[in-house]
Amino acid sequence: MRKLKLFRTLAFRIILIYFATFALSAAAIVAFTYWNTVKALNAQTDLGASEEADSLSDAYYRLGLVGLIDQIIARYPLGSQGHLYLLAHSDLRRVVGNLDDWPQTEHLRGGIVEFNYEPRVHEIHRARGLIIPLMGDYELLVARDVFERDETERQVAANLPWSVLLMIVLGFAGGALISRQLTARLDAINRTSREIMAGDLSRRVRVGRTGDEFDSLSQNLNRMLDRTERLMRGMREVTDSVAHDLRTPLNRLRNRLESISTALDPDSAQATAIDAAIAETDRLIATFNALLLIAEAEAGVAREAMAPLDLRGVVEGVAELYAPLAEENNLLLDVVPSGEAVIFGNKSLVSQALANLIDNALKYTPAGGQIRVAAEETRGGVALCVADTGPGIPPQDRSRVMERFVRLEASRNSPGTGLGLSLVAAVARLHDATFSLADNKPGLKVVLLFPPLRSGG
Amino acid sequence: MRILVVEDDLEAQKYLVNGLKEAGHVVDDAAEGETGLALALSRPYDVAIIDRMLPKMDGLKLVEEIREHGNATPVLFLSALSEVDDRVKGLKAGGDDYLTKPYAFVELLARLDALMRRRQPSVLRTRLQVGDLELDLLSRGAQRNGTAIDLQPREFRLLEYLMRHANQVVTRTMLLESVWEYHFDPQTNVIDVHISRLRAKIDKGFGHPLLHTVRGAGYMIRAQA
Repeated sequence: MRKLKLFRTLAFRIILIYFATFALSAAAIVAFTYWNTVKALNAQTDLGASEEADSLSDAYYRLGLVGLIDQIIARYPLGSQGHLYLLAHSDLRRVVGNLDDWPQTEHLRGGIVEFNYEPRVHEIHRARGLIIPLMGDYELLVARDVFERDETERQVAANLPWSVLLMIVLGFAGGALISRQLTARLDAINRTSREIMAGDLSRRVRVGRTGDEFDSLSQNLNRMLDRTERLMRGMREVTDSVAHDLRTPLNRLRNRLESISTALDPDSAQATAIDAAIAETDRLIATFNALLLIAEAEAGVAREAMAPLDLRGVVEGVAELYAPLAEENNLLLDVVPSGEAVIFGNKSLVSQALANLIDNALKYTPAGGQIRVAAEETRGGVALCVADTGPGIPPQDRSRVMERFVRLEASRNSPGTGLGLSLVAAVARLHDATFSLADNKPGLKVVLLFPPLRSGG
Repeated sequence: MRILVVEDDLEAQKYLVNGLKEAGHVVDDAAEGETGLALALSRPYDVAIIDRMLPKMDGLKLVEEIREHGNATPVLFLSALSEVDDRVKGLKAGGDDYLTKPYAFVELLARLDALMRRRQPSVLRTRLQVGDLELDLLSRGAQRNGTAIDLQPREFRLLEYLMRHANQVVTRTMLLESVWEYHFDPQTNVIDVHISRLRAKIDKGFGHPLLHTVRGAGYMIRAQA
């Protein structure tokens, strides 16, 4: 039995799509949060720097240069917390501040700048600050060390691949777990439905107690099966009652004819007429039996009697039955030897179908011809093949002859019910086999292609 | 012979009973299952003919009941039902043979004959003999009047069946069912061709024929002409 492959399951594909969407949105949220955090941190830095710059410039205008320098020097200890100050001439020569040199910034005067500086030897930090020009040709830089901000940035960047990897692993594991659970339940349903298709209509899909989607699917399947079983039973009752209601009067008719016949002198004209009527009744019965058999095969009633069946035995048996008849008609009836050709089938019906095919071939193949019967396992299934060297059937008539009672012009007057090939077609449908008529060049080649027998049915 | 007929179609029953009486049998009849069961258990019969569908007690159930009482009377089912697996059900329930309606009366008689003979204590026979024709079941050889006859395996089984039922009418359907184990309509009279081949082997060149055609019925092997 074939199990569902993990990667080919719908559940796994859905989980993957869900997971990809989830990962993308998670990444977007992380990026947005990160970007906002950086922005907020910068704003905070800028606010602090600008407030301080304002207060320093205020001191300058109130107390003059000396006052400003005092204030700056008073703030030196804040340098350990990353507060940076530098007052310079307009040509950027240092006046006072806890920075040694005017930093290399992208623009020199006014506005917000970011730059690198060395708080200790061989250590470079990033700082962010504000430059404001002071009247009297001075430039004041107030900045904050943003090493921590950058550190956070670096850590986030370093952790990101690992987080993504973890997310992928968790996503796959979750996907596999969920799809395994779903698949197990679907497998159970599939297993049961295969058993039912193989003929055991009394089987039902197990329904769990949680009442989830699968339980309601199983319940619906079971309801459908109940209905199918009822229909099958109804069909069987119909065929049975049709059989009974037609056979009972036919039986009386035949009985009456027989009792008249036995009362008559066997050589009288009346006896001949009655015997002809009996023969006609028998033909009627044969036609009725053939129709009933077709109806039963089509209703799948005969599915119950199916079992593993080696077609070689069927071919040998039926060919042996017809061999003397072929010889009498001066025809060669050959069985092509082959290896094992096992199907799941109803022996009686398959034998009957083969008998019909051989009987047809015997009827239509002119003396001196050849009929070949073969059963062989091919790549497409198990083929049962009857080929003759008779006149064949023109391509345009091939599908028509499988219909009930259809007989081609050429054979209107030979004996037969016109149901032989319809029965073969019905037996083929019952076995999920394809039934095809082809050109044997010259002659007719009939092929029934049965599905191969799978282990466990 | 004493025969029980359980059949609810009264016209068919009348015909059956008359025919059997004419053939020299003693016949009891019932039109439904319960009376049929009471009769079957109250006196010994050589064979019972039981319709598959009966009022009060179904034919299958009736035969199951009879068998449960340890009664081994051979049972022939008559059925107007569709055939595909009904035969199997009938035989499983304890029936010995199965005939679908409508049937030919000669077919019914031949089958009854076969059923009643089967009942007689059969010693394990290794040789069958009809006139000067002998069949050795162990060596699977045949000879007539001292001349060995070469038979194909199927011809041997055909002759064996005919000889086991010597002096009895054997129908084509009985041969198809017993010798070939087929339960279908072969469309053509294939059996006739097999019989004529067998006849060519066992009768051709010998004084008087043993294998006879019974007109309108089937075949019979017998020593006297």
